[in-house]
Amino acid sequence: MRRVYFDHLSATPVLPEAFEAMRPFFTEHFGNASSLHQEGLRVREALGAAREQVAGLIHAESPEEIFFTSCGAEAANLAVKGVAYANQRRGNHVVVSAIEHPAVLNSVEFLEKQGFTATRVAVDGDGRVDPGAVGLAVTEQTILIAVQHVNQDIGTIQRVGEIGAMARERGIPLFVDATVSGGWLPLDVQALGASLVSLSPHRFYGPKGVGVLYRNRRARLVSILHGGVQEGGRRAGTENVPAIVGAGVAAAAAAREWPARREHTGRLQRRLWEGLKARVPYVRLSGPEPGPERISTSLNVSTEFIEGEGQLLLCDRYGIAVASGSSCVSKSLKISHVLAAIGLDHALAQGNLILSLGKDNTEAEVDYFIETFAEKVVAKLRGMSPMWDAFERGALDSVIAPRGTGKSFAVHAAAVSGKGPGRKE
Amino acid sequence: MSDAHNLYNDTVMDHFLNPLNLGDIPEADGVGEVGAAACGDIMKVTLRIKNGRIEEARFKTFGCGSAIASSSMATELIRGRTVEEALRFSNQEVVNALGGLPPVKIHCSVLAEEAIRAALEDYLKRHPEKAPGAGGAGGGSGPGAAGA
Repeated sequence: MRRVYFDHLSATPVLPEAFEAMRPFFTEHFGNASSLHQEGLRVREALGAAREQVAGLIHAESPEEIFFTSCGAEAANLAVKGVAYANQRRGNHVVVSAIEHPAVLNSVEFLEKQGFTATRVAVDGDGRVDPGAVGLAVTEQTILIAVQHVNQDIGTIQRVGEIGAMARERGIPLFVDATVSGGWLPLDVQALGASLVSLSPHRFYGPKGVGVLYRNRRARLVSILHGGVQEGGRRAGTENVPAIVGAGVAAAAAAREWPARREHTGRLQRRLWEGLKARVPYVRLSGPEPGPERISTSLNVSTEFIEGEGQLLLCDRYGIAVASGSSCVSKSLKISHVLAAIGLDHALAQGNLILSLGKDNTEAEVDYFIETFAEKVVAKLRGMSPMWDAFERGALDSVIAPRGTGKSFAVHAAAVSGKGPGRKE
Repeated sequence: MSDAHNLYNDTVMDHFLNPLNLGDIPEADGVGEVGAAACGDIMKVTLRIKNGRIEEARFKTFGCGSAIASSSMATELIRGRTVEEALRFSNQEVVNALGGLPPVKIHCSVLAEEAIRAALEDYLKRHPEKAPGAGGAGGGSGPGAAGA
């Protein structure tokens, strides 16, 4: 069956040239970079080349500022905990946005249990972090500011340059999680004034099993993974050499191709959103409209009166791979903390899909999605939904386009929830 | 689709994709609508009851695949049962009949049980004389009991 892949935020296919570059490092060049013989030195050179390629992508001053980790989450853990521990004699306060990735937020929560304090800066309805609010949250005790470049759920591009200027002026390290934007948007870590930046190569056609942390050499960072002196002593453990080599090649390709990729995905993104609005009544986009404030690759769409997991399953049945931020999809049964932070009505958060485009998607795929989603997915699920039925009867109102008749979803849900005796939950 | 990888087992997927008893019974004898506080799903069950026995059960569900599959299976299982029997209906029957649900989705089957119970309670509110132990023709009494 035809497959249409609209989940590039979860994973991208490894570039053929990256895969080819990786291959000899599994078998032929299998040495350990810590070894001093030919086999080891060969691998050490390869790691150095990858470091240069990644440094080039984000305009790092020196390849020595690039550390390879096992994944983006590890890079975020190292950035948050490593900076906090390194500066704990200076202060104990961390400022983060409320919509950071869980790798950042849960690291901050871990620090709080150890006596650090944190301020979570709220966002507006489109997920924008106000740089002024970040500045106001800073205290004499602040030792780290963490604001992501682009949000993983709703695609909002943050004004990290302004936050970087403020952080630099006040002498506070700024960590920018660029795991969503890396390889897709221009990123100049020197111009940005960021002390730390994380990247996730598997989101820009590199392999899984490798993450990147840029650290400005003036920023203090202690290791959180102890052992040997790999990665300049900041990250112990034998390097995942093939993955790092692949990440380097993917970074070099992204540095060349990002303008074309952005242009292509941006065009598809507009076509997709315009098509959905035209074909499916009662849909809402979360995050800014396609344009300069939104990354070109993703759309976060809520379809009213139906739930997200059913949409995902039916899409998959028709050959389309998508993601969802609805509670039914999460293991915790909670809606995405990002959708909660932008104040999205619970009814809409439930009916949520995240569509993320890649460089190889086509207009025909976008059109197939729109047609299938409107005719097969939404029509079927609304036919099963008591909420759609109540809406059609006028007993329930729409959140997206209120008609002024009927109850709100929230009022209705509250009235029927907790009904019935002998609840087992 | 032999090479398909499914989130749920084939029985659950089949009940999600081709649900049984979907819809609303017009002028139903019992209507129950319940929501799950845990995840926000909402399930509505309508019953047609004759002579103390469920002749027809239908559902509409706002919820995930397993909530829809649970509604489909639950309404199928209780058809033909007496009110008294149906009041003892347990979510475990749904789970078993579906061949199991992922642990995090068991609450979907609980929601189906609750929707059925709510519909039965609605019926009994309208017909208090039919309650088990009310001395009337409740339970599994045969023909001759006051029907609709």
